[in-house]
Order: sequence, then structure tokens, then C-alpha cells
Amino acid sequence: MSLGRYVGRRLAITVPVLVGVTALTFSFVHLLPGDAVDAIVGFRDVSAETEAAIRAEYHLDQPVWDQYLLWLRDAITLEFGESPVTGRDVSATIGRRLPATLALGGAAWLLALAIGIPAGIVAAVSAGKPADEVGRLAALAGIATPNFWLGLILLFVFSVRLGWFRVLPPDAPLVSLATVKFLVLPTITLGTAAAALVMRLLRSSMRRELDAPYVTAARARGLPERTVILKHVLRNAFLPVVTVAGLQLAFLVDGAVVVEGIFSWPGMGRLLVRSILRRDYPVIQAIVLVIGIAIVLANLLVDIIYAILDPRIRY
Amino acid sequence: MSDRQPTTDRGRIRIVGFDDAAEQKRDSDASSDTADAAGTTADPSIASRGATGIDPTTASASALAQPGRRLENAWRRFRRNRSAMAGLAVIIVMAVLAVFAWPITVSTAEVTITLQPFSLAPYDPTAMFVAPPNAPPSLAHPFGTDWAGRDQFSRVLVGGRYTLSIGLVAVGLALCVGVPLGAIAGYFGGWIDEAIMRVVDVLYAFPFLVLAIAIVPILEPVPILGSGYWTVVVALAVTGWVGYARLIRGEVLSVREREYVTAARALGVPDRTIIQRHVVPNAIAPVVVQATLNVGTVVLTATALGFLGLGLEPGSAEWGAMLAQGRSSLLRGDWHVTVFPGLAIFLFVLAINLVGDGINDALEPDRDGRDDRRRMR
Repeated sequence: MSLGRYVGRRLAITVPVLVGVTALTFSFVHLLPGDAVDAIVGFRDVSAETEAAIRAEYHLDQPVWDQYLLWLRDAITLEFGESPVTGRDVSATIGRRLPATLALGGAAWLLALAIGIPAGIVAAVSAGKPADEVGRLAALAGIATPNFWLGLILLFVFSVRLGWFRVLPPDAPLVSLATVKFLVLPTITLGTAAAALVMRLLRSSMRRELDAPYVTAARARGLPERTVILKHVLRNAFLPVVTVAGLQLAFLVDGAVVVEGIFSWPGMGRLLVRSILRRDYPVIQAIVLVIGIAIVLANLLVDIIYAILDPRIRY
Repeated sequence: MSDRQPTTDRGRIRIVGFDDAAEQKRDSDASSDTADAAGTTADPSIASRGATGIDPTTASASALAQPGRRLENAWRRFRRNRSAMAGLAVIIVMAVLAVFAWPITVSTAEVTITLQPFSLAPYDPTAMFVAPPNAPPSLAHPFGTDWAGRDQFSRVLVGGRYTLSIGLVAVGLALCVGVPLGAIAGYFGGWIDEAIMRVVDVLYAFPFLVLAIAIVPILEPVPILGSGYWTVVVALAVTGWVGYARLIRGEVLSVREREYVTAARALGVPDRTIIQRHVVPNAIAPVVVQATLNVGTVVLTATALGFLGLGLEPGSAEWGAMLAQGRSSLLRGDWHVTVFPGLAIFLFVLAINLVGDGINDALEPDRDGRDDRRRMR
């Protein structure tokens, strides 16, 4: 199958998934107990006129199927209406918070790669030796540490006791020295477990590659071990690490939901938690939709990149 | 995290009605299961009765080739794994502490039956002001007290009940949904497969915690779920089954092509029986590993929900919920309120991961490079 046909097929699979993601997100408000209007206004008493206005605004007076399509049309144009709790425009609120989350997530992702890749290489090369065992225990400890606990401890030690970092984010633009400095602790908190996962994944895929005949061939040709590992093995071992980028994204989003609250970082995760506690359902719906679509698209992108990198992948 | 190759090495054929002495040779790729056992032939009935009286080398060699002995073998490998045994010990100790921390009683309108009379915890975990609030650790209160003056040590002990049981029950429920659906999808293929796997794909688009957060308000008012406990369990099971379905489907795709499945089909065995007796047992090993590791993930998510104040009633002695007050306490400088419940979560999840790794190595020694048969250099 040619690359073009593969991409076409992969796109075709994505369409029903996107429909499912939007349908599930749409049905969220309807699955909530009680009338959808109650959910939208946050279970307050409202006048009959307001209720009618809301029914019209959210197309609740129409069949569910039409409601879905109308909602989808609004969602595509990023029209999520206003939050019944804060009265602010939902898209604008999310748009304002998205960059903060992307900055934190991106930093944590870079940290995960910066720690996970070298550690994974060292662990794979020294398999069975003490260095590997130490790395394994460190990785397991990283995975087992609850991120909210790690965040609280870091906050306590470095911000409260030592005073190296601010407890609250600075009132500065996102790209500024003060903000970057503040982001150090949240990035470590969010990136630790992700680094451990990258390390374990890379280690096991490198172990598989090290057994391949081409490695023996490269060694037989007298290539230095360093070249064999870094140029030949690593390149092939990377592919399985790349494939899980979508899962990693989901993992980072989960982490951000918790970590942003601890460091009062004004991102989408904190908004989501706050909206749940306030029963601000339109905001929850919009955030869940953005996350779901981002992950579907990330998976699509990863599969296509994978197919470009590895011509054997066609299915 | 586990994009493993589907294996083809779990033959489990059992031919009934033939001469007991008839040697049954497993096909070549089945015997590559364990390298030591390559080409070994043995009678399944002998091994299943236990290889007493056979000298150790032959016994272990034939045992390695024997499907009936696989569990025993796995247990032997597991027992040799020191870190896995340490993890298992930690889990057992924590479970015992959680059960015997405080009496368990079942009370109806009139009678109260005590199921478990012991109490290791020095104080009632719900009793307030047994000491000044936020008191630092002391001899009387080894973990200090929280903002309401409740004894933290007792609360951490009893809190294990929530965390450990949520982890086990949620994973168990998710397995009950995911394994049958995944096996059916993989075995039948076609539109059934398409339908189930598209649902899985859709759910996979949402991160575990985000989905659980969104499900909690939907489940909360369901009357049968009662307290927040079952809300959390069901939310985690609803989000958790997709992973098992995807994993076992991949395994089943290769198992269903095996000769013994074809043979069973040719003999007219109903599909239901084939799936239950032949397909699932041979495809389950990676799911067992995944499920064990997932107890850790589920516990982390459950405690995160508790930390965020979702699901369980605030003030529950759940480890995550105990940390919910942690931020304000920390900023005041009361470190002990945060440190101990978090340490308990960390220890438990670490132990689960050690055990999961151990099970992985014991069930499938060839899967990872962890076995040192072909160690480099």
C-alpha cells in the first residue's frame, strides 16, 4: 500500500472516532441527572423566560439528533456559549488558559525526554548490571509517586522553606524570566512520571533491538560500540517510543489537571477542576471536547509520522 | 504503554481419550516458550499429577514444557525475584493493617454484628480533637494530627481500606467488562470487532482522570451507588476496561489462528466454549500483568480524585482525600499532614509495580530483555 493510501485509510478510521468523541461529549450534559436546563444553569432556580431562552440557545427544543448536529456546528466554530456560573464566554476563557497549559505540558514533555532518553539508553546497555537495577527502581519510584504529593512536597521544601521559588505564579507574561523560573517546580512535578515511562519504554525496545542481527553485523564490521548504540540501535528503538506519544499526551493532561491546582497555574486543568466543583457544565463539556480532539489528532499525526519514518508500516 | 507483539506460544491442547502413555508433542513454536524446554516432549497427564519421584533436572525441564505446570513454574520464578517478593510483602502487610486497623461491624436497625473485633489503630479515625489540631508527630500521635485534631496514624491505617479495595474492585470490574468484550471482538472479527473497537477508540481519546472526573457527576446521584465509594469504583471501571479489551483482542487475533482452535471448531465445540476454554486462557497472561500494574494506576487516579475533592465525601479517611487539606496545611508549615498519607500511597503503588514486574518476568520470561540468556557482553 502506498503511503498516500495508508494516510487515506488512517484518516477514514479517524472520522468515526471523531464523531464518537463529539457525540460522547455532547451527551455529557444529557447524561447528567435532571433536565439539561438545570445542568446548564447549575441547578439554580430560573424564571420561565430564562429557561425558554436557554432551551432555544442550546436547541433543547429540538430532536436529540438535530441538537447534536447544531451543537456540532457551534462547536466547530468554537461557539460554546456563555458560562452560566461566571457569565463569561466559554471559548474565550479556554483560549486564555490554553497557552498556559501548553507551556507547562511542553516543558514537562521536554524534561521527560531529556531525562528518559539518556536513562533508557544507559539502562538498556547495562542490562543486568547494578546501573540497570538502580534505574529500574528509580523509574518505578517515579511512576509510583502521586504527582499531587510530589508537587506539595516540592512546594513546601523549595518555596515555603527555602524560598527559592514563588508560591503563586508571577503576574508576568508567559514568556518572561519570572514565569520560566516559576515553572521549574510544576515542570518537575509533571515530568517525573512521564520521564520514568519514557525510560522504561526505551529500555525495553532497545533491548529488543540489541538482539537484532544488524547489531551483530555492525559490531563485526568493527564499528565502535558508541556508534552502534547511538546511530543504529537508538534510531530503530525510538519508533515504539514515538507511537505512544498520544498516550503520553493523555498522561500529561491527567497530570496537568492535578498539578495546575497545586501551583495555582492558570491553565485548563485547574479550570476543569474548578468547573466540576462549581457544576459549570458548558465549560466542562468544552474542555473535555478540546482534550479528546487533541488526543485523536495527536494519535493520527503520530501514526502518519510513523509510516513516513518506517516504510514497513502499512496496514 | 504496551504495544507488544502478540504471542503464539501458549498451546494448551489436551487430548482426552487417548492412551495415557501417548506422547504428545507440542508444535515447535509452542516449545520455544522457554528455551530450556525446546523440543521436550512429555505426557501432559504425568505433569498434571505432579512430577514426584522424577529427578530434578528432568522434572524442571518437562515442567517447563507443560502447560499444566505453567503457574507453578511462574510462581517459582516469581519467588526468586527478590524485589517482587518485597513488593508482595508490603502489600500483604498493608492489607492486614487496613483490615485490622479498626473493627468492622455490620449494623442493621436493631443488631450490630462485629465481623472483625481487633483495632490496631490507637484512636477512632473519625474522632475529632483527640489532641490539638495540626499537632506535630509525637509518641502518642506518631503521624501527628490533622486540622480537626484527628489522629493521623489511625486515619492512615484505616485509609488503606478505601485505597486498597478501590484498586482491587475497580480493576476487577474493568476486567469483567474488558476481557469478554475484547475476546469477542478478536475472536469473531468483522463488524462486531469494528463496533467494539471503535467504542474503545473513542474512550481512548479521553485521559483516564479527565474521563473519571466527568463521569463522577453523572454517577453521583444514582441511588444504588450510595456513598461516594461506589461512584469512584464505577467511574474507574468504566474508564479502565478499554485497555484490557484492546490488549486481549490483540492476543486473541493470534490465538484464534492456532491449530487447537481450528480443531475445536472442527469438532463442533460451540464458540462460547472455545472462547472460554481455549482462547481466553491462552491470551490472558499479558492482561494479568497489565491488570496488576493497573491497580497502581487506578489507586493513583482514585487518590487524585480524593485529593480534588470528588467522589468520596470530604473528610473521609481516604489517603487522597486526607491530602486535600494538604496545601493549606503545608503553607502554614504543617508538613506531617501531607507527608504520611502520601508516603502510604507511594509505598503501595511502588509495591504493586514491583509485583507487576515480577509477574511479567515470571509469566513471560522472553518478553522483555530482562532475562539474561542473551545478555550483551
